[in-house]
Amino acid sequence: MSTATPSADNGNGVMTLENLAKFPEGQKVYSCMQCGTCAATCPYGDDLAFPPRAIITMLEAGLIEEVFNNPGLLNCVTCYACMAKCPRGIKLTEVLLPLVKEQVFTHLKEVPAELQKALENTMRYGNPMGESPRKRALWAKSSPVPVPVIAEIKRAVDVLWFVECYPAYHPRGHDGNRATAKLFKALGIDFAILGNEEKCAGECVRMAGETGLFEMLTDANIKLMRKYKFNRIVTGGAHAYDALKHKYPAAGGDFEVHHTTPFFAQHLAQLKPKLKKKLDYTVTYHDACALGRHNGFYEEPRALLQAIPGVKLVEMNHSGVNSICCGGGGGMWLDTYYAEKGCERLSERRVKEALDTGANVLAVSCPYEISRFEDALKVAGGEKRMVVRDVVELLAEALED
Amino acid sequence: MDILVLMKVVPDVVEELEVGPDGKSLDTSFLRTIINERDDHALEQALLLKDKHGGKVTLLTLDAPDIDDVLFTALAKGADRAVKICGVESVQSTQTAVKLFGETIAKTPGLLPVDLILTGVSAIDDLDGLMAAPIAQQLGWAYTGVVTQVALADKTATVIKEFAGGVRGEYEVPTPAVLGIQAAEKPPRYVPVAKVRAAMKSMTIETVDAPAVEAATTVEVQQMAKPQVTGHAEMIEGSPEEVADKICELLAKRGLI
Amino acid sequence: MAGNIWIVAEAWRGQVSEITFELLALGREVAGQAGAPLEAVLLGSNARELAQKLGAADSVLYADNAALADPVPENFATALAQLIKEKQPAAVLVPLTNLSVDVGVVLAAQLGVPFLNYCKDLKAEGGNLTATCVLYGGKMEAAVTASAKPAIIGILPGVRPVEQGRSDKAATVTDVAVTLAAPKVHFKRYLESEAGDVDITQKDFLVAVGRGIQTKDNLDLAEDLAATLGGAVCGSRPVIDQGWLGLSRQVGKSGMNVKPKLYVMLGISGAPEHVEGMKSSQCIIAVNTDAAAPIFNVAHYGVVGDALEITPALTEKIKAKKG
Repeated sequence: MSTATPSADNGNGVMTLENLAKFPEGQKVYSCMQCGTCAATCPYGDDLAFPPRAIITMLEAGLIEEVFNNPGLLNCVTCYACMAKCPRGIKLTEVLLPLVKEQVFTHLKEVPAELQKALENTMRYGNPMGESPRKRALWAKSSPVPVPVIAEIKRAVDVLWFVECYPAYHPRGHDGNRATAKLFKALGIDFAILGNEEKCAGECVRMAGETGLFEMLTDANIKLMRKYKFNRIVTGGAHAYDALKHKYPAAGGDFEVHHTTPFFAQHLAQLKPKLKKKLDYTVTYHDACALGRHNGFYEEPRALLQAIPGVKLVEMNHSGVNSICCGGGGGMWLDTYYAEKGCERLSERRVKEALDTGANVLAVSCPYEISRFEDALKVAGGEKRMVVRDVVELLAEALED
Repeated sequence: MDILVLMKVVPDVVEELEVGPDGKSLDTSFLRTIINERDDHALEQALLLKDKHGGKVTLLTLDAPDIDDVLFTALAKGADRAVKICGVESVQSTQTAVKLFGETIAKTPGLLPVDLILTGVSAIDDLDGLMAAPIAQQLGWAYTGVVTQVALADKTATVIKEFAGGVRGEYEVPTPAVLGIQAAEKPPRYVPVAKVRAAMKSMTIETVDAPAVEAATTVEVQQMAKPQVTGHAEMIEGSPEEVADKICELLAKRGLI
Repeated sequence: MAGNIWIVAEAWRGQVSEITFELLALGREVAGQAGAPLEAVLLGSNARELAQKLGAADSVLYADNAALADPVPENFATALAQLIKEKQPAAVLVPLTNLSVDVGVVLAAQLGVPFLNYCKDLKAEGGNLTATCVLYGGKMEAAVTASAKPAIIGILPGVRPVEQGRSDKAATVTDVAVTLAAPKVHFKRYLESEAGDVDITQKDFLVAVGRGIQTKDNLDLAEDLAATLGGAVCGSRPVIDQGWLGLSRQVGKSGMNVKPKLYVMLGISGAPEHVEGMKSSQCIIAVNTDAAAPIFNVAHYGVVGDALEITPALTEKIKAKKG
C-alpha cells in the first residue's frame, strides 16, 4: 500500500486552507463526523490544544486564526496515527495538518530554542547538527567497503545512495552506513553517494512547519541530483524516503526511490543464502511511522529479520499500524519543549514496551530512532538488557562467518 | 526611538580554517563568513526595543559575500532599513572597520540622528580593537560595553553590564549612546524562510560607497598558525589520590585555582 | 625599550583581582626582556592599601580620586590617559575581564591607538613587543607586533599563574594626581547574582555529570567539587531527564552552550549531542570508566576511572590548595 500525494495543482492553484474544497482530498476534510478517533489515537492527544477534529470545527466556523495562534500543534509528531484510523479516510497528516502547521509555525511568538537551532543549522550547513558540510562524507573513510562519490567517479551508477544527515554525522549512524555499504557489495550493486554536496532531505523541517526552508532544501537537492545519472535512489532515512517519494516529485524531482529495508527485502532471495552467521538474538521490531503507517512497509523488515539464522522475532503490544511513534519526526527537536510542558517522552513509552517483550535487540529502520531509543533505554534502566540496531546492521552482521 | 545597528561578518569557525600562502592571514579560498554572533544579538536587542517603544531600526554593514541574505533576514525580522557599505575589499582590521563605519555614519545623510547605536561588544576577529568605543569617541557619545539589558527612557538608557560571577552593574547612559552588546535580553528570534522571501520581494537594500579611509594600523600580524592540538586527551593515571594530585597541579599551572 | 612596562591593576569591590597578579607575572618577564622597569598602576578611591599588594612590580603608581570609587570605565580611562601622557610608558597591559576591557578600549580610543586584543602571551625582543593573540574563537594564533606608543594590550585571563605575580615585598607606591570631570555614564548599583537559578553559561567553572554518576545522591559529590572551584554543576541529557538537575543546567543539543575556563566531566561518555554544547571550553577534564569513551578525543585531560572515587579526592586536594 502506498498513499498518493495530493496533487499540488489541479487547475485551482496550490492547495491552501482557503481553497481546500476545490480539491478532492480537501473536500474530504469537511466530511468529518467529529467521532474523536483522531484525538484518541494521537500519542500526545491530551496535549494538543486542537486535535484534528477540533481544527476542522474551527475551520468550518471561520475561527482557524485561533488555532494558528496556539502553539499546541507543536505536539503533533506527524506519526500518521490519526490518518491511519480516521473512519472517513480523511488525509489528516498529509493534507490538513501540514497546512495548519505551516501557519502555526509562522505565528509562533517564539520558536523553541532547540528547534530554532536545528532550523538555523539546516539552513546554513545543510544539516541540523551544525556540522561542516565539507565533512558530510568523512564517515566513508571508515567504511571497509569503498564508498564512491558520484561526482568523483564521473559515470552513471545504478543506485544513488542518499545518506541523509544523521547517518552522515552521527557515530551510530556510521555503523548503519558501513552495514549498508557491505550489503550493497554483497549484492553486487553499483552505487555511489552524493558526498559533501548532499543536503538534508528536509522532511523533519517540513513536519515542523518550516515549509519555506523545506522548499530551499528540495530545490538544492533536486538540482544536484539532476546533475548525475542513476537508475534509482536508495536511502536509509525513513523520513528522507518519505520526502523523496511523496514531496520531491511535485518540486520536479521525480526519481525512483527506495528505502533500504524494503530495498533489501526485494533482494531477499539473493541475500538469504549469504546470511550465514547465526545471530542468537531475540528481536523486536519497531515500525517507524514513515515506513509503516505512511508507506505500508510492515512485512519487509520482518521478512529480513526472520531470514537471519538464529533470530527469534517477537512483537510488542503495539506494532504494525498500531506502532507508537518514537517522538522523532515532527517532534525531532522538541524534546526540551515537551519536557518543559511535562509531556512523557514517547521514546521512553516505546522502549518500556520493547523491554516488556523480553527481547534483547530492538530493531529499527529509521536513523533517528537509534539515538532516541538508546537514550531512552538509559533512562528506563534497560541499556544492559537491550541494544538498538538498524535492520541493516543485523543483516550485515549475519553476512560475516 | 531610532536605533542604528552595526554588523560585520567574521570567519565561520564551523569550517576548518587554514593559513593562507602568506603565512599571516587566513586562506580565503575555502573561507565562509557568518554574521558576528554578538552583532546578531545587537540586532535582536534593537528589535526588542522597537517592539517596546516603536521607532526605526536601521542596519549598517560592510559588503560581504551573502550579506544580502543576512540583511533580508534582518528586514524580515522587523528591521526597517538596511544599508551596506560597498566598494571595500575584505576588511582585515577592526580599526579599518571602525573608520569605515565612523565616516559613513557621519557623512551619509539620513543615518543620524538616532538614539542608540548598537553593535556586538566583540568579534572573534577583533585583533586590533573593539568597534563600539572608538565609534563613540568619534561621535563624542557615551559608551558602555558588555551590555545584556537595555531600557530606554527620554534621553537616557538604563543598561545592565556584566561583570564576573553573575554580578552585574546598572548604569545610566545619556542618549545618544553607543552600546557594545554582549547578549540580547532574549536569544535572536527565528524568522521563517517564507517571510525572508517576502522581504526580498517587498524591500530593498540601500548601498553607499565606502568612504576613503587609510587602512593603516600599528598592529601587524607577523605569522599565523593553528594552535597545537593533541587530538587525544593527555591521560592522567594512578590511584584516585594520585590522579587528584595531578589534576590539582595542572589546574594550578593553568592558573585555574 | 624606552619607557616602562605598565600593568593596569584591577581592584574590584575592595579586592585586587587575581588577574592582576597574572599580569604582574607576565609583566615581570616582559620588563626583564625589555630591560625596562615594571610599573603597576592602581586607580581607586581610598584603596591605597591595595597598592601594597603589588610588590611584584618595581614601582606602583596609585591615583586616588572619589570618581574612581565606582566602575565607570570612562573615568578610569581618562585617568590612565593623563598618566600615560605624563609618564610615557612603552606598553600598557590591561586585563581582559568584563570590568577592565572597557577601560582598555576607551583608553585606546581616547589616545587614538589600537587596542591589541586577545593576547595570551607577550615578549619583548630587539626593542619590539611581540604578542601571541588568540583569533577566531581559538582556531588560530597570531604572532603580532604592536608599534604604537604606547601599545595598549588586552591580556587574556590565565596568562601566568597567580602565585607567580604575588610578592611579599612591600611595594614602592607613588601617589599621583588625576583630574576627572563628571563622566557621561553614571553607575547606579550592583546587581548581585541571584541565589535561585544559576546561569551556567556565565560560569567559569563547571562540573558536568552524566549517567556515570549512577544515582541522584552522588550529585552531592559533584556539588562539593563545583562549590570548591567556585562554579556550578551541569549535566548531560539523561541526567536532566531523570530530574536530577533542572533544565537550566543542561549542556548540549537540547540545552546550553557553555565555554567555561574549566569543564570537569564526570561519567559523560561524550555523545555528540553533549559535546556540541561544551567543546569550546578552555580546559576539559574527563573522568570516565570506559577508556574508549569518545569524550577522550575531545577532552584535554582524561582519567580512566571511577568518578565517584576521584571526585571527593579531588575536592579535598583543591580545598587544601586553596587554603
